[in-house]
Amino acid sequence: MATTSRRPPLWRDVRVLAWAFQLAVVGVVVVVVFWLLDNFRVNSARLNIPTDLSFLDQPAGFPVPSSDFRQTQPVSDALIEGLQNTLRLVVFGVAAATVLGILLGVARLSRNFLVRNASRAYVEFIRNVPLFILLILMYTAIVLNAFPVPRDSWTIGPIAVLNVRGGSVFWFDGGNWRFVAVAVLVLLTLWLVARWRRRVADRTGRPARTALYALPIGAAVLVVAWVVVGLGGSAPALDGNRVTGGITMTPEYFAAFAALVIYTSSHVAEIVRGSIQAVPKGQGEAADALALSGFQRLWFVVLPQAMRIAVPPIGNQYLNLAKNSSLAAAISFPELTKVTQLTVANRSPAVPAFALLLAIYLVISLILSLIVNLGNRRLAIVER
Amino acid sequence: MTLTNPPVLTDVNPVPPPEPLAEPASGPLDWLRRNLFRSPADAVVTVVSGAVVGYILYRLGRYVLVTGRWEIVRANLKLFMVGRYPTDELWRIAVVLAAVGLLAGLIAGFIHQRHVVAGTEPARQPLGRRLLTVFARLWPLILGTALLLSLTSTIGPTVMVTAVVVAAVVGRLLGVRLPKGSLALLVLAGVFGFGVAVWFLTRPVGWDGWGGMMLNVFLAVAGITLCFPLGVLLALGRRSKLPLVRAVSVGYIELFRGVPLYVLLLLGFLALGFFIPTWLEAPGLVVRAVVVFTLFTAAYVAEIVRGGLQSLPKGQTEAAQALGLSTVRTTFLIVLPQALRNVIPALVGQFISLFKDTVLAAAAMGFLDASNVSGLANAQDAFRGQRLAAETLPFVMLLFWIGCITMSRESQRLERKLGVGTR
Repeated sequence: MATTSRRPPLWRDVRVLAWAFQLAVVGVVVVVVFWLLDNFRVNSARLNIPTDLSFLDQPAGFPVPSSDFRQTQPVSDALIEGLQNTLRLVVFGVAAATVLGILLGVARLSRNFLVRNASRAYVEFIRNVPLFILLILMYTAIVLNAFPVPRDSWTIGPIAVLNVRGGSVFWFDGGNWRFVAVAVLVLLTLWLVARWRRRVADRTGRPARTALYALPIGAAVLVVAWVVVGLGGSAPALDGNRVTGGITMTPEYFAAFAALVIYTSSHVAEIVRGSIQAVPKGQGEAADALALSGFQRLWFVVLPQAMRIAVPPIGNQYLNLAKNSSLAAAISFPELTKVTQLTVANRSPAVPAFALLLAIYLVISLILSLIVNLGNRRLAIVER
Repeated sequence: MTLTNPPVLTDVNPVPPPEPLAEPASGPLDWLRRNLFRSPADAVVTVVSGAVVGYILYRLGRYVLVTGRWEIVRANLKLFMVGRYPTDELWRIAVVLAAVGLLAGLIAGFIHQRHVVAGTEPARQPLGRRLLTVFARLWPLILGTALLLSLTSTIGPTVMVTAVVVAAVVGRLLGVRLPKGSLALLVLAGVFGFGVAVWFLTRPVGWDGWGGMMLNVFLAVAGITLCFPLGVLLALGRRSKLPLVRAVSVGYIELFRGVPLYVLLLLGFLALGFFIPTWLEAPGLVVRAVVVFTLFTAAYVAEIVRGGLQSLPKGQTEAAQALGLSTVRTTFLIVLPQALRNVIPALVGQFISLFKDTVLAAAAMGFLDASNVSGLANAQDAFRGQRLAAETLPFVMLLFWIGCITMSRESQRLERKLGVGTR
């Protein structure tokens, strides 16, 4: 009788087979990657093309539109300009798409027939057309074709001026660092007020009314800090053929921003709607039973629970927006992808330049998903 | 204090039955009150949004019916649909589309029959009612086709559409007679048929002769079909107990999900040649696009399939092991069939997104697909300098919308029928 301790022959030992299989898989991957890299090396040597990142220190030889960048500066400076433009699209795009998307998602569940169906038509149409065509349409047919000449610009109070050359929006004046300082101060104030109200509510049982306290206090701090630090405001105004003041948007930026926001908000809206519907019906009914108003029911009972469901997929949409910002290259908005295309067209080696570009996008994606994960962890139910 | 007996409930003194709830009043005025003027605030919302929606509809209607100059679409309809495919060979496309219609009809009939057997759908319905159901399901496709046919000037497209409809009806009638386990056979026939169709369509002209929507559809179908084996392998690898295999899969998936498709397509266009050995001819642009789509979509399909694998109860694997099945058999006979069935709707969603992304391949590599025909048409002598992108681009958008909305509605329907999430 065979003893149980006797080991099976090597070729039937599960552990040996598992490792052999793994080594085979890794071996194949390594061989393929090395084969590709070797081809790359041989081809580059044959064509006398550098394979490292030394091109970053070469003078760029091309201008970056609407920036202070000069052609004699190195390529790396151009890429930094491109990165700034990409981040400009992503940061403002994410903010605007979130606001618009939540509004549309809530509107889709409105009891009002008109609001519900208008939102539905928007979402169902935009979700099912390619972003790229939306972008080109926005640029060639709408901004460049249907927007007024500067003399007849559309003026929205002191907030924005729009015309065929892009336009301007209200912006602060007086240095980035002062602005950051004021922003941090205001956010800190808001956080402190929120904490104070929450404690009062916990202690006394009276309603917190956070917004009622936070908004005036925040506004007061904002005004005082703005004046003390010496920040100015610059409102756009129409002066004959020119727009003065504010921060200038190129038509490319406006088109890319608008298309990204329109497209992403339709996806966010669908997620918000699904998440609200996924909140058990009893929650809303319980809120009704406690005689909460419609707003209270939505704001204190349904939305917090819906947000918990919605955060991971909305985070995915933020990632998509960041990646989709590369499409703006197709309308020559000088963001990262466009700048890389320009530098490759100006004798930079294609493979290292694109490898760097892919690495930058990977890092942006990782940072974004890190932020989303942190937010998700805060919102998630604390379980035992 | 004296205790009084509680009143005794007798038949003489019963609890009165609850009043029946009042029927909600129904009339056009009541409908308006309920849906548009529930409260004063609601009335304000209705008036404001009504003004905005009305204005948009007015401008849109005026644009579509009065100011839009749609001659450019009519003149270039063939370019938009099939690019520069030779006119004498268009019958090939008709044959392929009829085969697609037949297959779709077969699958629809088969699924219907399974539901009849299960008792979830009635076997027979009056013809009028059935036509109404089909219209309610497929109205974007039907109205879109009618619009396209109204723009044509020859009889050919009408004949083609008729042939496709007839093939679909025949397939639907035959589909109910198929034996029980034929779904896998039908799917296999679809994949095999795709290969045959490509061979059949490339007979007169190579890839370079393809264009228009035909090219968009082809790129999407090729991408999703080819990426499938790789995606399933990556999903299995990510769930594997073997650390190295898992690391390779995770690395691949996260790498491709973290970078933009457009940049990968540009890379494929500009730099793929560097990775090809000198003795090998660099592949053509369509092949490059298909390769990029395959590698890219595989990462997303892997995540979808992983979701399906995770949704499967562990008991399935354990039962298979208890029966003495090997790991390979457990995976391919027990786990994958159930997991894949659960993720069909998500895969359709991925296909829709890939279909929309095919435009990017054209943008990066300059194919004459439907979106680039727009630029070409605006450069023609007859239309140059007239800024008609505002006509051509919405038309292309509409084509994509028809395709995507049809697929997305059908996939939602399939999701309900499969009962994913409700079991």
